Amino acid sequence: MEHTLTAEGAANPLEFYEAAEHEHADGGGTLLGFWIYLMSDCLIFAVLFATYGVLGGNLAGGPGPRDLFDLPLVAINTSVLLLSSITYGLAMLSARQQHIGATQLWLGVTALFGVAFLSIELYEFMRLIHEGATPQSSAFLSSFFTLVGSHGLHVTFGVIWLLTLMVQVGQRGLTAANERRLMCLSLFWHFLDIIWIGVFTFVYLMGMLR
Amino acid sequence: MEHSSLATLIFGRLSLDSLPLHEPILIGTFTGVAVVGVALLAALTRYQLWGYLWREWFTSTDHKRIGVMYMVLGVVMLLRGFSDAIMMRLQQAMSFGASEGYLPAHHYDQIFTAHGVIMIFFVAMPFVTGLMNYIVPLQIGSRDVAFPFLNNFSFWMTAAGAMLVMCSLFVGEFARTGWLAFTPLSGIQYSPDVGVDYWIWSLQIAGVGTLLSGVNLLATIIKMRAPGMTLMKMPVFTWTSLCTNVLIVASFPVLTAVLVLLSLDRYAGTNFFTNDLGGNPMMYVNLIWIWGHPEVYILVLPVFGIYSEVTATFSGKNLFGYSSMVYATVVITVLSYLVWLHHFFTMGSGASVNAFFGITTMIISIPTGAKLFNWLFTMYRGRIRFELPMMWTIAFMLTFVTGGMTGVLLAVPPADFILHNSLFLVAHFHHVIISGVLFGAFAGINYWFPKAFGFRLDEFWGKVSFWFWVVGFYVAFMPLYVLGLMGVTRRLRHFDDPSLQIWFIIAAFGVALIAVGIAAFLVQIYVSIRKRHELRDATGDPWDGRTLEWSTSSPPPAYNFAFTPVVHDGDAWSDMKRRGYQRPTSGFKPILMPRNTPAGLVLAALSFVFGFAMVWYMWSVAAVSFALLLGYAIYHTFNYNREFRLPAADIGRDEDERTRLLAARG
Amino acid sequence: MSAQHLTLTPPHASQHDYAIGLVLSIVLTAVPFWLVMTDAMGKQATGYVIMVFAAVQMIVHVVFFLHVRAKSEKGWTLVAMIFAMLFVCITLSGSLWVMHHLDSNMMPAHEISQLP
Repeated sequence: MEHTLTAEGAANPLEFYEAAEHEHADGGGTLLGFWIYLMSDCLIFAVLFATYGVLGGNLAGGPGPRDLFDLPLVAINTSVLLLSSITYGLAMLSARQQHIGATQLWLGVTALFGVAFLSIELYEFMRLIHEGATPQSSAFLSSFFTLVGSHGLHVTFGVIWLLTLMVQVGQRGLTAANERRLMCLSLFWHFLDIIWIGVFTFVYLMGMLR
Repeated sequence: MEHSSLATLIFGRLSLDSLPLHEPILIGTFTGVAVVGVALLAALTRYQLWGYLWREWFTSTDHKRIGVMYMVLGVVMLLRGFSDAIMMRLQQAMSFGASEGYLPAHHYDQIFTAHGVIMIFFVAMPFVTGLMNYIVPLQIGSRDVAFPFLNNFSFWMTAAGAMLVMCSLFVGEFARTGWLAFTPLSGIQYSPDVGVDYWIWSLQIAGVGTLLSGVNLLATIIKMRAPGMTLMKMPVFTWTSLCTNVLIVASFPVLTAVLVLLSLDRYAGTNFFTNDLGGNPMMYVNLIWIWGHPEVYILVLPVFGIYSEVTATFSGKNLFGYSSMVYATVVITVLSYLVWLHHFFTMGSGASVNAFFGITTMIISIPTGAKLFNWLFTMYRGRIRFELPMMWTIAFMLTFVTGGMTGVLLAVPPADFILHNSLFLVAHFHHVIISGVLFGAFAGINYWFPKAFGFRLDEFWGKVSFWFWVVGFYVAFMPLYVLGLMGVTRRLRHFDDPSLQIWFIIAAFGVALIAVGIAAFLVQIYVSIRKRHELRDATGDPWDGRTLEWSTSSPPPAYNFAFTPVVHDGDAWSDMKRRGYQRPTSGFKPILMPRNTPAGLVLAALSFVFGFAMVWYMWSVAAVSFALLLGYAIYHTFNYNREFRLPAADIGRDEDERTRLLAARG
Repeated sequence: MSAQHLTLTPPHASQHDYAIGLVLSIVLTAVPFWLVMTDAMGKQATGYVIMVFAAVQMIVHVVFFLHVRAKSEKGWTLVAMIFAMLFVCITLSGSLWVMHHLDSNMMPAHEISQLP
């Protein structure tokens, strides 16, 4: 808002306040706020990666990555998560065009992919534990289960959030508020895929290279 | 007593044995607290204040109300933390040779742990967060923070963490590991009891509150500044708040993660920090200090901002070197993330690592020094008014400089090898934290109290408090430097060398002086309330302030500004006054305001229950409270009706009232 | 509330972005997996290559899925991310460096941990 002094020393009162405010849409800071929160979540993972980096070689005489990791399964899991990112993107595009049916469909598919990812991961965890490679067995396993498990926990919360949003979109439609929430979940969901890139590279692939 | 499996499922390891019925000190304390507590509750009921408290304070999303609640929490916890200090000083003054003092080791160790935890997390953090919460939106010309609901939640989470610590006094016991609970001592093998668990959960819960508060204030400062207020026109306190909240967002996740890892070790038998199966206890120390060092800058940066505001206002001059202040603050922010190892030079990382961190630690003193020179140059040729905020500021300048110097001494690794974990270290950090954070809190309180409550604080009792605090501080802590240089280790409860006793007695006397200072502060508040008509601030600008908060009434209306200010220059309010600003008295528009919410309180209460249940291994209660927590949070998201429109007539009424007040003042 | 365009997804976000992102991600994932599973380049080189690929794929995700541009939120998105990356790097490299020195100086000789 540009205002100029009308005369030397005597200020137009309008100069110091906005007479007609453009009410910035409520929630104008939501996306940035959520982004900042995501950056903090990045740091939580940084600590978990650092812990894995420092303790990952401490096998305590037990099994190591080469003994335990099933790369083909991890490849499948990675693909599932990547596809879920795409389907979420398609949901956002549909939402932008106000196609509520398509939006819900793609959201649902994303949720299914998310659940599939978690199921595969749980299967992997159960298999490891069954073979005696438990989180308690060594520092390597403690950090492995915690890092990968934390990612999985985030995905779980993401799926719960997704399902809740599907209900809310079903109830209220694609309102501005729901639009904001979908955007936040979008940031969250893609962010989890980015973390997964770190996980499959530094845990699984590097693990096999040791 | 045999527990049935049902009883164990519900009560975990909680039993009647958990109550300290055989400890007379605790029984006495509990009786006192219970009597005062019941009296307070009875008074609230008698005067029918519950509705008022619920509506106007507990469920409020107004940053001003939340800010005040943080300050109240801080003051209450100061009394608890200070009682711990008194107990320690007494023990150390007495316990020489044959005398064992009055505190057994089991109790003493909890006291020094609780003292540190409470002072950092539940006194200093609430003071700093409370002041930032109250002042920043006003200084940037905004109506509230970016996320008012989240703000309420953050406060209650901090309060819940404090409650959990207070609980540990009467139900079970607290950690005996020191305030950072280093492993392996804090692991399940060496601390199987509830103490460390209380420590973990109170910090975890409070930490969530702080992290979200950081996100909140960052978004607020970035997005909600008044038109025309570019970054380089922001008040310095807002700048320091910006950097502080960057540090909060950058460091508290580390604390969250480390607490999770320790919890997994304790609850699930993992091996992160154990002595065997590949664990590495040193990794805990590394990680916790990656959080811990930025934490102390989180505490001190806002008060640097307070000192800048106070110095400029009470010297009647622009702050000298605004840009360099900003750059110094940003440099300190980044550098604070590069010094953490100086807390464990002696752990054995070797010369190259120690040298690097020693150098970075010394470098970080430079921008701080730059700030000090800027304050001095602000005062130079100014017309200085020695009001209480300025007195606290000058005491800070003199005291913090010397405290900082002892820090630079400790930054030299070979020196630190002698002084690490000695009383010299204890003296150093009390020196900088008390002169920095605490004096700053008092400066801020005396400075902004009139804004928040509409009347100034009584000057006489303020000065009494000031002098007893400053003198008391020196008497209490200078002996510790002497003792530290003589080689005395920290956290000891008994000494064999009688020649040391005189120093401890002097220190104890110092604590008595500080106690008078604290009592005088409480009297100051009481007297000010009694004399509030005499001390009234009718103009909203009792100090001839320079920043936008002083353009509002005292206290400001709920909506802060009837019209959003437009900013043209730094020190916006000075600018407005200089150019003959006229306050608009008509043409008000309705304003969108956030509604109150019970959600913050409910979620924090459930978190408290969850934390308590986890401490006592009450798995069923933990599961149920967690499910309720999740369920209520999801339920809360179904509430889309979080705002209401404040009618222009209401605003008109408030503004007319202010017009009347200003006119009556002449 | 009447139907309105999604104002928050940047207007340039389109199916194109997701398609490009998908193809790049598939390549940037498949190659590392293949390299590791077949040991085609030897361990040392493979290690460096997959790290680079990971970094690039993260950027691909940020650009094509998160639609982050320099002007997002007036540059603040980027500033926040850069700060976060700075602190992540300090935490990771600092911890690895410090712990490596601590371990080599302080850990019992027969149990010196090997960093991956």
